[in-house]
Amino acid sequence: MTNVAMPGTYLGDGTGPRAWLLTTDHKRVAWLYLISLTAFFFLGGAMAVLMRIELATPAGDLVSDDVYNRLFSLHGIIMVWFFLVPSIPATLGNFLLPLMIGARDLAFPRLNLASWYVFIFGSLFALFAVVAGGVDTGWTFYTPLSTLYANGWVSTAAFGVFIVGFSTIMTGINFIVSVHTLRAPGLTWFRLPIFVWTLYATSLVMVLATPVLAASLILIVLERVFGIGVFNPDLGGDPLLFQHLFWFYSHPAVYIMILPGMGVVSEVLPCFSRRPLFGYNAVAISSMAIAVFGFLVWGHHMFVSGQSAYAGVVFSFLSFCVAIPSAIKVFNWSLTLRKGEISFETPMLYALFFLALFTFGGLAGLFLAALAVDVHVHDTYFVIAHFHYIMVGGMVTAYMAGLHFWWPKLTGRMYSETAGRIAAIVTFVGFNLTFFPQFVLGFDGMPRRYHTYPPEFQFWNVLSSAGAVVLAIGYLMPLFYLGWSLFHGARAPDNPWNATGLEWQTSSPPPPHNFETMPIVTRPAYAYDMKGLEHERFSPHREEAAP
Amino acid sequence: MSGTESVAFDTPRRERRADTFAMWVFIGSEAMLFGAIFLVFLVAHIDFGPAFAAASKRLSLPLGTFNTAVLITSSFTMALAHGLALHRRWRATIWALVATAALGVCFLIVKGIEYGKEIAEGLAPLLGLPFRYAGPDPVHAEFFFGLYFAMTSLHALHLIGGIVVIAGMIALWGAASPANRLRRVVAIGLYWHFVDIIWVFMFPVLYLINR
Amino acid sequence: MSFGIPFFPQEASSEAGQVDALFYTLLAFSVVLGLALTGLVVGYAVKYRVGSKADRTGKRSRSLPLEMSWTVASLVIAFIFFGWGAALFVRRDHPPADALEITGLGKQWMWEFRQPGGQREINELHVPVGKAVVVSLAAQDVIHSFYVPAFRIKQDAVPGRTTHIWFIATEPGRYHLFCAQYCGTQHSEMGGWVTVMAPEQYAAWLNSQAEGETLAAGGEKLFRALGCSGCHGASSKVRAPSLDGIFGRPVALDNQQTVIADERYLRDSILNPKKEIAAGYEPVMPSFDGLIDEGELQMLLAYLKSLSPQPTAGARP
Repeated sequence: MTNVAMPGTYLGDGTGPRAWLLTTDHKRVAWLYLISLTAFFFLGGAMAVLMRIELATPAGDLVSDDVYNRLFSLHGIIMVWFFLVPSIPATLGNFLLPLMIGARDLAFPRLNLASWYVFIFGSLFALFAVVAGGVDTGWTFYTPLSTLYANGWVSTAAFGVFIVGFSTIMTGINFIVSVHTLRAPGLTWFRLPIFVWTLYATSLVMVLATPVLAASLILIVLERVFGIGVFNPDLGGDPLLFQHLFWFYSHPAVYIMILPGMGVVSEVLPCFSRRPLFGYNAVAISSMAIAVFGFLVWGHHMFVSGQSAYAGVVFSFLSFCVAIPSAIKVFNWSLTLRKGEISFETPMLYALFFLALFTFGGLAGLFLAALAVDVHVHDTYFVIAHFHYIMVGGMVTAYMAGLHFWWPKLTGRMYSETAGRIAAIVTFVGFNLTFFPQFVLGFDGMPRRYHTYPPEFQFWNVLSSAGAVVLAIGYLMPLFYLGWSLFHGARAPDNPWNATGLEWQTSSPPPPHNFETMPIVTRPAYAYDMKGLEHERFSPHREEAAP
Repeated sequence: MSGTESVAFDTPRRERRADTFAMWVFIGSEAMLFGAIFLVFLVAHIDFGPAFAAASKRLSLPLGTFNTAVLITSSFTMALAHGLALHRRWRATIWALVATAALGVCFLIVKGIEYGKEIAEGLAPLLGLPFRYAGPDPVHAEFFFGLYFAMTSLHALHLIGGIVVIAGMIALWGAASPANRLRRVVAIGLYWHFVDIIWVFMFPVLYLINR
Repeated sequence: MSFGIPFFPQEASSEAGQVDALFYTLLAFSVVLGLALTGLVVGYAVKYRVGSKADRTGKRSRSLPLEMSWTVASLVIAFIFFGWGAALFVRRDHPPADALEITGLGKQWMWEFRQPGGQREINELHVPVGKAVVVSLAAQDVIHSFYVPAFRIKQDAVPGRTTHIWFIATEPGRYHLFCAQYCGTQHSEMGGWVTVMAPEQYAAWLNSQAEGETLAAGGEKLFRALGCSGCHGASSKVRAPSLDGIFGRPVALDNQQTVIADERYLRDSILNPKKEIAAGYEPVMPSFDGLIDEGELQMLLAYLKSLSPQPTAGARP
């Protein structure tokens, strides 16, 4: 490992397990998260591949119905709470937020480390639930199935999710306080990179929505263990109450998952177009608008649940409203390219693919917000396709864009550009092949969470299953070439992309406390059109940016 | 550097402001937790008002009132600790903190007695204990007691957390710099007042809904 | 026409065509906007690739008129789609008055239907073409969802309440019936077929079925067997409200409030009689919670509704 740890940088500041496991350096905590989340991503992904293979034929021939139900339940639980919610904030966010605001660390470094341990503690429960026999409630834990009829390790899994919620809240508080109190001199709110804005918006949602999930999970565990029947109709409870509580968290949680991805793309697109982000203020404000509106639309998951038609109409209206800030962002990102000097390195390819997939996934959201159409496609593969376009096509693609963009900063190494571009293209092709057929399946009426299905749906299922294999290859590739670059990659310059953010003004990788001299900010974010950065590209030598 | 706990801060003053701010954010988060539970109670109360009112009368009003007084007094001693810490009267601060924690323990003991009484009367629908209730609509009375135990035990857990933190603070008192002592008293103070306020909402909702 | 590959689902209800009109409009809009944006981004990417000789004067990184106009345009388009979807949706609550009423009960893992004449069916539902049908849904155990893709309709069946869905089938044939809400181990097996028949064939089919008693007749038997008639009957000695014509009527409660005796009220009054007590009566009725199952409850409700002069589909919660 000696060639990974570079003396004088945070990577060389003590090696060995103690130095890593007891670190309070936000950059090392980011690595702890990165490694654990990668493991969960591939665990959840393996379950998805198994499901897709099962669904290649209409009959249930590979796994039994019980096993299939456990697969999709755990796939959802793991991907949502053990990968997507913490994904960008806890890894790239953790690493970059202090660097981007010109701080030595997050406001509460020990809380940051503690959040990782809490995450691991919670994930032990989830992993135990996997090993001990699984959970068959779906990731949504709908009552009364989850409280009275499910026979898996529901309480264990719910408790694990509950614990991980604490880690989320800890991260959220840390980020909010850091952005408020630790910005470098001259770094006003409207000079912040959009990535910081989106992390801030995400943190607000984390802090305010997660406790409601905690409350509903507590009530489920109380019902299972103590017999307190809040959701049990026989005891006067109401199963729909659970859905209200659950979606009051889980809809904002969707924005927890996508907002940081939007932030990453807002960094990458200007850098590789050599243009300032178009409509910076609108993008920043729309991030906050999404966070706020996200709390008001939970009922659109319940149009056919038996809630009143009036509630349905109101929630549909609000759901169309929340589409506006997202649309604004797409227009702004597209116009950022105008009159630029565009080049297509790996991060840019991922960012462009994000733009395409997020746009089409978002447009599919309009179908679901339109009441009469939702009645038809609700709980079908149309919904599956929609949220995978946003969560995987959007969020995971943005995560890959960010990982490749900041990899030189994280590790001080460059990866193989060719391998990176191939992986990006394989992912894009595999993704569309996997999930586009699911839109058709959903419109044709194939319900979700089906272990077997009528034979006329097979054509599209086979396409989707084939795509899943391609997609899996696309996701496995970076594991190898990024891992290889850790040891053998060329040394990265401090600012390989010639980008404007504060994180690029320090060395790659950064020193233990981030900056040799604390930076002072005199320019807006994305000042790619200002003198000194115009037309400069990929200088092999370190740029001495003005402090 | 310069007496701060986190490397991120230049001065203890900025760090203390960050602490206070963080505690407010945390309280916002906690408010959403209790808010959700209160909402559940409210919905149930709208549906089963009479059953809940009748069941509520079986709770011990004297013990509940006594406990409310105990907690309000503890908030007062906590405020006292804050004021004393600002004037750097550390010995007196410790005594105020000890008094606060002791009042918290007193609350828990009384709550325990109350739980014991309710279990003995067969009013605790938990863990398969027999539920004996003579009034009208026992099904929803059972629901009320379920919620009562859920809400009060959640509050008690928060109180226990506060007491543990105070005990830890006192244990680490000698090793802490004056700036850190003040930070910690301010932060735990905010938390303690919040837990107190939750009880002030919970008491009328559970004990007084129909008296 | 499509080499056996299903692109579009069948349209077999009065609703289907209208939902599809909205769907295809949304699809056209999405394809046009999506491709336009893709074209724009690809066009920029090619034209302004690094080293190209494109004209780069007149750069802008903000434009208030442009940003305002796309915000307003998005809002207007969103509201059009909202209004269209909502207008179709609110009709769910207003079935025609002369609709045929069928009860559906979801349980792990089957659908059980009762025709108005009492004929029972499992995982099969026969309906006449061209006639409005209301399915009133209940669930025995967990949440299920009644979904007929060819009709473009879906409604959850929730334990502890009655929900409704209605449709007018327009094409004779056999159509998939699914459970759309995940309900446990054999969720994907829970379903069957909806058979739409010409009215005369439907009538013939009804006759060919075993002469079941009607739901209301079964309810009447239960009403006596459970002892309800002992108090609610015309000649009873205990004071209990008469239930003749109760359905859909306002009922004065002892807490000065008035409720409409809809299905929710009747259900609650059977399972939880102390909740809403009719004014002037003692709360002496015992709860039947746990003594009768969902199917029996549906029969009792059908009987009570049959006591009203116009057992119509009105007065729904």
